[in-house]
Amino acid sequence: MEWLTLTIDGREVSVPKGTTVLDACRMNNIPIPTLCHAPELTSAGACRLCVVQIEGMRNLPPSCVTQVAQGMKVETQNPKVRNARKTILELLVANHPLDCMTCQKMGDCSLAEYAYDYGVTGTVYQGEKRCLPIDDGNPFILRDPNKCILCGKCIKACTEIQGKSILDFSFRGFDTQVGPAFNLPYNESDCDFCGSCVSVCPVGALTEKQMAGKGRPWEVSKVQTTCPFCGVGCNFDLNVKDGKVIGVTSNPEVPVNGKALCVKGRFGMDMIYSDNRITTPLIRKNGELVPAEWDEALDLVATKLGEIKKTYGPNSIAALSSAHCTNEENYLMQKFMRAVIGTNNVDHCART
Amino acid sequence: MAENQRILVCAGTGCASSGALPIIDILNDEIKRQGLEETVTVVGTGCQGFCEKGPTLVIEPQQILYTRVTGEDVAEIVSQELVKGERVERLLLVDQATQKPVSSMADIRFFSKQHRIVLHNCGVIDPKKIEDYTARDGYKGIEKALKGMSPEEVMEEVKKSGLRGRGGAGFPTGVKWGFCRSTPSDKKYIICNADEGDPGAFMDRSVLEGDPHSVIEGMLIGAYAIGADEGYVYCRAEYPLAIKNLGIAIKQAKEAGYLGDNILGSGFNFHLKIFEGAGAFVCGEETALMASIEGKRGMPRVRPPFPAVSGLWGKPTNINNVETWSNIPHILRNGADWYSQFGTEKSKGTKIFALTGKVNNTGLVEVPMGTTLREIIFDIGDGIQGGKKFKAVQIGGPSGGCLPEDMLDLAVDYDTLTQAGAMVGSGGLVIMDETTCMVDIARYFLNFSKKESCGKCTPCREGTTRMYEILDRITKGEGKEEDLDTLENLAITIKETSLCGLGQFAPSPILATLKYFRHEYLAHIHDHKCPAHNCTALLSYSIDTEKCKMCSLCAKNCPTNCISGDKKTNTPYVIDVENCIKCGTCMDKCKFGAVSRA
Ligand SMILES: Cc1cc2nc3c(=O)[nH]c(=O)nc-3n(C[C@H](O)[C@H](O)[C@H](O)COP(=O)(O)O)c2cc1C
Ligand code: SF4
Ligand code: SF4
Ligand code: SF4
Ligand code: SF4
Ligand code: SF4
Ligand code: SF4
Ligand code: FES
Ligand code: FES
Repeated sequence: MEWLTLTIDGREVSVPKGTTVLDACRMNNIPIPTLCHAPELTSAGACRLCVVQIEGMRNLPPSCVTQVAQGMKVETQNPKVRNARKTILELLVANHPLDCMTCQKMGDCSLAEYAYDYGVTGTVYQGEKRCLPIDDGNPFILRDPNKCILCGKCIKACTEIQGKSILDFSFRGFDTQVGPAFNLPYNESDCDFCGSCVSVCPVGALTEKQMAGKGRPWEVSKVQTTCPFCGVGCNFDLNVKDGKVIGVTSNPEVPVNGKALCVKGRFGMDMIYSDNRITTPLIRKNGELVPAEWDEALDLVATKLGEIKKTYGPNSIAALSSAHCTNEENYLMQKFMRAVIGTNNVDHCART
Repeated sequence: MAENQRILVCAGTGCASSGALPIIDILNDEIKRQGLEETVTVVGTGCQGFCEKGPTLVIEPQQILYTRVTGEDVAEIVSQELVKGERVERLLLVDQATQKPVSSMADIRFFSKQHRIVLHNCGVIDPKKIEDYTARDGYKGIEKALKGMSPEEVMEEVKKSGLRGRGGAGFPTGVKWGFCRSTPSDKKYIICNADEGDPGAFMDRSVLEGDPHSVIEGMLIGAYAIGADEGYVYCRAEYPLAIKNLGIAIKQAKEAGYLGDNILGSGFNFHLKIFEGAGAFVCGEETALMASIEGKRGMPRVRPPFPAVSGLWGKPTNINNVETWSNIPHILRNGADWYSQFGTEKSKGTKIFALTGKVNNTGLVEVPMGTTLREIIFDIGDGIQGGKKFKAVQIGGPSGGCLPEDMLDLAVDYDTLTQAGAMVGSGGLVIMDETTCMVDIARYFLNFSKKESCGKCTPCREGTTRMYEILDRITKGEGKEEDLDTLENLAITIKETSLCGLGQFAPSPILATLKYFRHEYLAHIHDHKCPAHNCTALLSYSIDTEKCKMCSLCAKNCPTNCISGDKKTNTPYVIDVENCIKCGTCMDKCKFGAVSRA
């Protein structure tokens, strides 16, 4: 691998060829604020918050899309760079509802964090502010376009992670918005509600509806686990507050799926506390389902299956297994049917 | 009476809209009626450059120009000019300096001071006839290239000519071709950028309307040099005549064997298509333009990769402006040395400008690079309308800047103008006189930029609106002391951090006016006065009772009835400032100069 040497804020560092200035800084613990950059997505270079000064280059180039060159001299914190970033943040804040007190994102919001770091006042530019309707029409995702900073990450997540391309920009200039085609609400679009868009949103424009009001990021502990819903085995973080799971957030570090999840894994964990959840085996007695012990239930099933096989033959029995199960469990299921019952009548809910 | 005369009637968009098209038919009928059809031919041409004086027509070979011609004038032109060889005086141009009518184009400074290379055929040939083009050495350039030059030699010739891109940035054309040429690929594209979105600019439209084959030939030569076999002309849909004439020209060029496979038996293939843009200014930016051709939202993307490496459909692509392409055939036909004799050391050749605003002669003018602003405005433009005082010239449209009177002797070339805080840009030249408010001009251009911003990057999307709002407040007298610092900081940040040229140059009108006309900003903010008496909110009208003869004319004409007074009771006429909408009617109507404006 070819290595290049550059100077960042007077410090000489070496990075592999092809590294961006942003990554070179991050590898060396030099903080650069970013809003539109995400390691798992292609870079748009759109928010312009990550600008730096590079000797010999015109203007202030964005570090996330500028590749390191041998001998480059980069300044990341000089007054000119900091002033440009502060001005960009002031511009964003001037067109933003300062609802941090009640915003679900507070504590995990990049805009709030950088605004604080850069001493943004929110009073420099007085003028027009957006006032757009909130998209509240679905049970999973709450979309507040007034908080959207138009970083475009949700668009890329939907296209590059989920492969759906539901979202894009619409209108122009100050009136630009992000959302499904024809400005439809999410639930009238072809959205899968995988929530990948929510997982990359740096602000409170896209939030998990179920978690609204249930806990602040700093009150929540994250517990990494495997999704119980299907054999893909995605990992994610359960968000736990006071011993109760309030929702799920994806964890970019997990090896199976990264930030990607499906609607069940991301938004289906409320089933834990569902009143409809079956927690013991049920046996129908006198036309009513009655809770029973596992031994009683298993004995009953074994007896009945044995009787049916004896009376009507093995092919009178069929098994349908579930995508909820792991591969191993599904393997055992068909083995049981073939070896114990003696039939090939095996099927699976995800076969189609 | 001369033998074999031609009447060149301008049928460009400007003259067509002022009624030129019926004139061609009426002329033909009248020529027949007077029995001249053997010796006189009528030609419908592209723009002759003098649109504001249109419909215009030129009698050849004498080169006599008639302006503002109507159908009723035709019979007289035929019997007087064509039969007797005498001028129809009332249709001649009046020279503002001498106040005398001038007839011969050689004596009209608007034409005589120009040097036409790109516009060489515009207004002279019928753009719908390929034989008109070939009769004036058309397609000789590509023939020369295909018959005796290697692609490298063609590229070297263009490099040597010193031609720089006419689309705004002035990048050396031959060097750009070299980038695309040297990227290995099985497929390459070339594009002609005919999006022309700058308000007031219409040189590209005129070239496509009036001499479409020159663009086709330029692209053929470029494709040969670069190794491309497919090209697009991206033309805005608001240019129907340009699209029509170019479409005809492409068809004729195909039929004549200049487009298609195995051109002129050389084995070289080139196919050309027209793509109609939907009218976003930002789609003139090259990466947005290519996204638009691909059917995506027209938004610029970060470069690198540059189009020469990854352009249309991810293939190496070379994009040039209409005027750039149209220069190429001349360079090939006459050689790089011939071309580089025009212009300055670093800016070669000519540039077409769209001259508008408060000058006597407005229109399309092509001058050698290095011509001074003074020559363009006072010779070609024949000075300021109504004898008013020159104040500023805005160069380069919404990306350019305003220059004051003491910079009139600047030579117009890429580097000089950029240094002065303006830019050649696409070539818009708007002349302003003492009645133009410079804060309001900056506001006007920012209103354009903020509407055309694509919305992708933060500084341009949010910042252009904020700059506009600050300027708007200043013109309304609501400016604050700290506004100029805020504005300057914002302008510099937007310039240095925006993604594409739209945002990077949107602050230019502000930075230039702050530099050269700061006193006008200060007058608005501190004194609540607009020195040009232009900003309505800062005007006040009053009636001087000494001069007022109590004729009541002002009161009768005031649209809001806010002037009261009565001669009988000797009540003086006064304006109720609360209800005055500052329309200025009273001042215009008063015969005694009793109404004044401050
Ligand atoms: C906002 C914006 C608008 C532009 N509009 C045009 C245009 O209308 N026509 C044009 O030729 N170039 C336009 N350009 C410049 C093009 O991006 C490109 O540089 C040019 O077409 C290259 O051609 P040239 O090298 O012949 O100048 C525009 C650039 C920007 C940033
Ligand atoms: S999105 Fe961030 S900045 Fe905006 S209200 Fe929520 S916490 Fe505050
Ligand atoms: S939830 Fe998934 S499918 Fe729906 S818009 Fe977001 S990323 Fe696209
Ligand atoms: S919704 Fe969020 S991710 Fe999407 S553009 Fe807006 S701020 Fe960015
Ligand atoms: S149900 Fe969805 S989130 Fe859960 S493991 Fe399967 S694909 Fe992943
Ligand atoms: S500078 Fe303006 S036009 Fe260009 S990408 Fe940014 S927002 Fe779009
Ligand atoms: S400026 Fe117009 S509205 Fe005002 S007093 Fe005169 S006529 Fe009336
Ligand atoms: S993070 Fe680099 S431009 Fe947004
Ligand atoms: S269109 Fe007739 S002179 Fe321009």
